[in-house]
Amino acid sequence: MVHEETVYDALANAHGEAGRWAFGTGFDDPLAGVDTTVPGGIDPADLGTYCLMLGDDALVLAQRLTEWVTRAPELEEEVAIGNIALDLLGQARLLLARAGSVGVLGRSRERAGATIPDEDALAYFRDPDEFHSTALVAAPDTDFAQAVVRLLAAATVRLAVFSRLRSSRDPVLAAIAAKGVHELAYHRDHAARWVVRLGDGTEESHRRTRSAVDAVWPLLAELFTPTDVETRLAAAGVAVDPAGVRDEVRDVLGQVLGRAALPVPAWPVGTPPRGRRGQHGPELAELLGTLQGLARQHPAATW
Amino acid sequence: MSAVPPDPRSVAGQVTDPELPTLTLADLGVLRDVRTEADGAVVVEITPTYSGCPAMGVMRADLLRALHEAGFGDVDVRTVLSPAWTSDWISAEGRRKLAAAGIAPPGSAPVRTDGPVPLQLGPPRRTADCPLCGSPDTEELSEFGSTACKALRRCRSCREPFEHVKEI
Repeated sequence: MVHEETVYDALANAHGEAGRWAFGTGFDDPLAGVDTTVPGGIDPADLGTYCLMLGDDALVLAQRLTEWVTRAPELEEEVAIGNIALDLLGQARLLLARAGSVGVLGRSRERAGATIPDEDALAYFRDPDEFHSTALVAAPDTDFAQAVVRLLAAATVRLAVFSRLRSSRDPVLAAIAAKGVHELAYHRDHAARWVVRLGDGTEESHRRTRSAVDAVWPLLAELFTPTDVETRLAAAGVAVDPAGVRDEVRDVLGQVLGRAALPVPAWPVGTPPRGRRGQHGPELAELLGTLQGLARQHPAATW
Repeated sequence: MSAVPPDPRSVAGQVTDPELPTLTLADLGVLRDVRTEADGAVVVEITPTYSGCPAMGVMRADLLRALHEAGFGDVDVRTVLSPAWTSDWISAEGRRKLAAAGIAPPGSAPVRTDGPVPLQLGPPRRTADCPLCGSPDTEELSEFGSTACKALRRCRSCREPFEHVKEI
């Protein structure tokens, strides 16, 4: 009877002699054993695209948050940010795997080759214009105040959407959302407490947090305009029309800013959903360059 | 002495958690079901504690190995996502083992409703007795600890830091 010395040995051995693709999560299919049949009346292409929208937001924000590890103001905060990023990465894995399970892989499959799992092909082998994430998650942080204000905004929107998605007609999406709600509530409240602490803190922390709010608020403009995919899926009881969460988001953010002694900026006028349609600024390409560079240079590497 | 065929449920029930090796997956409520199909195949269902739990692959490998070593050739370990894991599923035995390992067990999970999740701007309302000296006078240092499922606390009586499995 052979027992491995460490969990990592067990993991490596679980994949046999061939070795594992070096840049993936490598663990296994997060939907292994889950019934991924698409219920009748739901367009699989729309469902897959919608899962990419939600999954890409989580993947991109996880990558941005990870940039704070080794740079956060306190050791405990590094651990917290790492945990939040891990939760989001887990949500991204499930959602990208769901997109792959309905065949929405775009050109990533031909670039990745046949052996790389769907979720990894989607994460590492799509170009920026194939990502459906919003500008809110791609923006780089200028300081820690901006990191917590952006996390507050992103988690508030995502929590409002996921709360409603729990009753989605796609049972896989509903289950992913039901699990994510509890995680996102932790993320939102953690970010909110930091915004209150900084906004209602010293003169300097107040000034920086106020600047952060001014920088983040315009990024909310595109979030509540539905794409055609969202409109069709919302009518079919599968997706959430983002226009329907705007008032809840505005109310929650207003509560936090009020407690943080920060003025609430004018709510931005709605704009077309550029990010959801694959139209991005240079920030996303820069971020994906870091995320994908090694995997794309050595697409078949194993270890 | 004739060999009694092992019960796959008891074999799977002995498999421990990779992060908390004093607890079994059954103690944690991660092991949801073990059953034998009509054709003899063993089906095991596990559920992740958090979406990003990196230990799922190890759990799957450990369950497969334990059941294969016990003579079950055809084993399928499946992930179930719904209903979502809750800390309420940690058994009484699991809670005892957590405390014995110096980790405060969770209290009752928050009541789940379908509507908006209320904002919590105050300090977290969780409490936990110190697993080392038993004092109820403890404070939370961080809601996020060494793994996704744990928070970091400190005892004001004995001054020792300790981990606390979060209510979720």
